[in-house]
Amino acid sequence: MAKSPSIFNKLDWPLLMTFLILMVIGLITIYAAGYNPDHPKIYDISQTYGKQLIWIGICLVLGFIIINMNSKVFSVFAYAYYGIILLLLIVVLFIAKEVNGAKAWIDLGFFRLQPSEFAKFTTCLGLAYYISELETNLAYAKKLMMALGIIIIPFILILAQHDMGSALVFLSFAFLLNRFGMSDYIIFAGFFVIIISILSLLLSPVYLILSMVVLVIIIAFFNRKSKDLDKYIIVGVAITSFVAIYSISIDLVMDKLDKHQKDRINVLVGKGGNDWNVRQSKIALGAGQFSGKGFLKGTQSKMNFLPAKETDFIFCTIGEEWGFLGCGLVIGLYVFLMMRILYLSEKHSSKFSKVYGYAIVCVLMMHFIINIGMTVGLVPVIGIPLPALSYGGSSLLSFSVMIFAFIRMDSERWIYTS
Amino acid sequence: MQDIFPQRIKMIQGVIIFFSFLFLINLFYIQLIDNKYKIKAKDNAIKELIEYPSRGLIYDRNNKLIVHNTNQFEIMVTNAEVDANLDTSQLCKDLAITQDYFLESMKKARKASRYRPYVFLKYVDDSNYQRFQEHIFKYKGFFGQTRFVRDYPYANGALLFGDVGEIDSSQIKKYADTYTYLSGDYIGKNGIEVYYEDLLRGQRGIRTVVVDALNRVKGSYANGENDNDPIAGKNLQASIDINIQTLGEELLTNKRGSIIAIEPSTGEVLALCNGPTYDPNLLRGGNRNKYYPKLLLNKYKPLYNRAIQGLYPPGSTFKAPSALVALQMGAINPNFAYYCPGYYPIGKKSLKCSHRHAPCRNIEEGLTQSCNPYFCQVFRESIEVSNSKRFQKDYDRWYKNICRFGYRRKLGIDLKNEKRGNVPDTAYYNKIYKNQWRATTVISLGIGQGEILATPLQMANSYCVIANKGYYITPHVIKGIYANGKFEPNTAKKIKVNVPIDKLYFDRVTDGLEMVVQAGTARASKIEGIALCGKTGTAQNPHGEDHSIFVGFAPKVNPKIVIACIVENGGGGGGLAAPIVSLMAERYLKDSLPPASLNKYSSIKNRHLINFQIDE
Ligand SMILES: [Zn+2]
Repeated sequence: MAKSPSIFNKLDWPLLMTFLILMVIGLITIYAAGYNPDHPKIYDISQTYGKQLIWIGICLVLGFIIINMNSKVFSVFAYAYYGIILLLLIVVLFIAKEVNGAKAWIDLGFFRLQPSEFAKFTTCLGLAYYISELETNLAYAKKLMMALGIIIIPFILILAQHDMGSALVFLSFAFLLNRFGMSDYIIFAGFFVIIISILSLLLSPVYLILSMVVLVIIIAFFNRKSKDLDKYIIVGVAITSFVAIYSISIDLVMDKLDKHQKDRINVLVGKGGNDWNVRQSKIALGAGQFSGKGFLKGTQSKMNFLPAKETDFIFCTIGEEWGFLGCGLVIGLYVFLMMRILYLSEKHSSKFSKVYGYAIVCVLMMHFIINIGMTVGLVPVIGIPLPALSYGGSSLLSFSVMIFAFIRMDSERWIYTS
Repeated sequence: MQDIFPQRIKMIQGVIIFFSFLFLINLFYIQLIDNKYKIKAKDNAIKELIEYPSRGLIYDRNNKLIVHNTNQFEIMVTNAEVDANLDTSQLCKDLAITQDYFLESMKKARKASRYRPYVFLKYVDDSNYQRFQEHIFKYKGFFGQTRFVRDYPYANGALLFGDVGEIDSSQIKKYADTYTYLSGDYIGKNGIEVYYEDLLRGQRGIRTVVVDALNRVKGSYANGENDNDPIAGKNLQASIDINIQTLGEELLTNKRGSIIAIEPSTGEVLALCNGPTYDPNLLRGGNRNKYYPKLLLNKYKPLYNRAIQGLYPPGSTFKAPSALVALQMGAINPNFAYYCPGYYPIGKKSLKCSHRHAPCRNIEEGLTQSCNPYFCQVFRESIEVSNSKRFQKDYDRWYKNICRFGYRRKLGIDLKNEKRGNVPDTAYYNKIYKNQWRATTVISLGIGQGEILATPLQMANSYCVIANKGYYITPHVIKGIYANGKFEPNTAKKIKVNVPIDKLYFDRVTDGLEMVVQAGTARASKIEGIALCGKTGTAQNPHGEDHSIFVGFAPKVNPKIVIACIVENGGGGGGLAAPIVSLMAERYLKDSLPPASLNKYSSIKNRHLINFQIDE
């Protein structure tokens, strides 16, 4: 082996820069959203922007350390990290105070630790470790079940904290499982369930079941001469009864759900309800028009009643002050970030790094879709931060570790290729 | 292991690309095409203004307005818009506030939000608001907002009507299922105001407007399609007759006690008075915070709704229901005679009669003389009707029959915190006397003393049964609701409860109650031309002078009003309670008081048993 070049020559700079740019955009936007003329300095730590600046500093130091470490610290101890965070998730259920309906925080005084944010990272590690083992083949049900178990345990614990947003993120690992061997049919079945869910929120189960029955009869009618007619009917009846049970239970659950969550879901499917947040969000976006009102000129996103203008609804401020151009740029940066990680993962010959890269793209993608989708009114209001942009230490720290770990793994690509 | 699915990267790539385009198309639509989310000038902004609904009005049974709304104002401030050169001294002068208040409030506003309007000053009255409005052009960033405050033109019925105040956070949670309150919203705090909160409240409206850089409203936003008009609360008709309500409260001046009047055929409450009382206008708007604690701490407990919460032994007024139960159980007949030796023997002790009198030859004479030994014997006959050894079974029967009159239960009046009172059952006596008890142990129940406790409402209700000769209707204070221009009777409270006792017995007892007023313990309280029937009572009070009680109805045939009155430490029932009931009935049935009664009125009003004052 020749003398190894400096670590900085091996980093993937396009990926690193994109992530850093997103962090800077986040800081500027938090400054604009929470701008307080009595405290105009961006490093004023009594303000959210000052705090975010400190967190960015911490993340950069941590990032520097990570990219100078051997990535084996992640792969070898993957299950250990996974286990520790599971423990914390259990602990948080007992000691956390309720904040906005969710019991997700451990108060450390200087910092409110949110284990669910870190669970996303450790689940990526756990999955990568399991799937990269030689004997793992997800085409086998037993192996697939194990992988699902790794996902479902933290999923249930986070759901128990009433942290809907973070729990949903875990569903995105379906794409990862599919990429590494799980059957396509399961993905399609998943889409089918989601579509039925939305339809049963929109329609009464009676219509849904009736239309399924009619559909089965029509299909049977056109295939009445086929020798597989009995199979058509059996499959049709099976699907119809699944739809029936499923839509009726959704109906029952909707009746039981507390009003707050019901409103959120009803907003999505256009049944009215409390669409205050969504309307405010759209007004702020609409005020930005093509090129935005300009830095610190936004009024809607500040004056309005958005409860989380620096966290969950930060995209509104971008929309108002930087307009369609700004929104397009941020969306473009995220797409580039995710595509770049996918591209690098595919090139990587270590299966651990490859699976890990996929896993973090799944997490990033879900945050991206839910957060921006909610801001533009396509997804119900679910509290979930925009990676690298939103205010908050736990989420920023978790995403930084996630990305920097991948950057380090990627830099070791030459070890495996040579 | 061979990587077999590299092409499946397209799945996740596809999802990312799909959503990115979906978002871009959506943003393109929201930001560039849809007019709904567009504001024309760059400096314009959109504001959401809350419009408060006017709270439902309350009328009395003769359609006199007894609770209505007046305007008060709130001054709001939007911190980011306040001019650095604001003329603070002028503003303070206009609003009659101090410079300190100004600084303090502005500090709070700055802390709350720079861009969202904050309540700078609450409870601004008309004249201050007018001055403020004249100079509004100087006060950039400030604006006024109308709030409705309750007004009680008759200045009475404090605990009956209740009052309205700002909601606290625990109530916001409690009501979350029915209505989304915001902090700063008003909510009923007591009486009718809280019981009928859902009807009276109405619904908040929201108006979205476009304002220019100078905070001037330029018009409604998106053609008002997101606006909701406020919906006014529903108007209610109370069954109260405000005239006798007023009279009752005047008669209770500087006394502790209660008067409750009911129309027996309908269960409608005609008056519900408590003493001592206060002007409900005292708790309006900003004064609530000042006076409520004072009322709460006052030693005469003016916030204690004695009519439905005060528990008193009914004393001799209990003799009429007790006699009716004995008659129906077959323990006595109406001509039950008993020679009163002046006392009633209970083992080695004895229970005294209040005075010497001729023997009682029937139930009418027993009531007229209010003879204690007579009714002790009546009670004893009742619980030993089949066999003196098996009296517990009879006591159970007696207990069930007497409770039918509405004792030991919440009657279900449409006011909160009604008390249920007490009539002890056999289980209770078996417990405290360890099964060693006999008729004589509990004999004082027969004359309404001992463990038995009832609210004035229950006392009045039990006489509704007598007036109606066999039933009562759940007492209620709201007669109906005005909804969509129509009057809907309050059927929810029109529940008839039957008390199966022969009419003959009611007739005989009613005759006796008439004699009480004609020739008995209440003979000083006759009403000219109207047959008042009733019973005096004296509730022994270990802490001082006895409580004076009277429960009665008038006229004798087709009674129109049943009244119970209790005056704490008022002495015997004939002294204060009976004349009060007589005056109330006369005022209600004759529409005014004749001169002779006016003297009685002023002498009672001026009899001060306590010296009630609300300190400033
Ligand atoms: Zn006697």
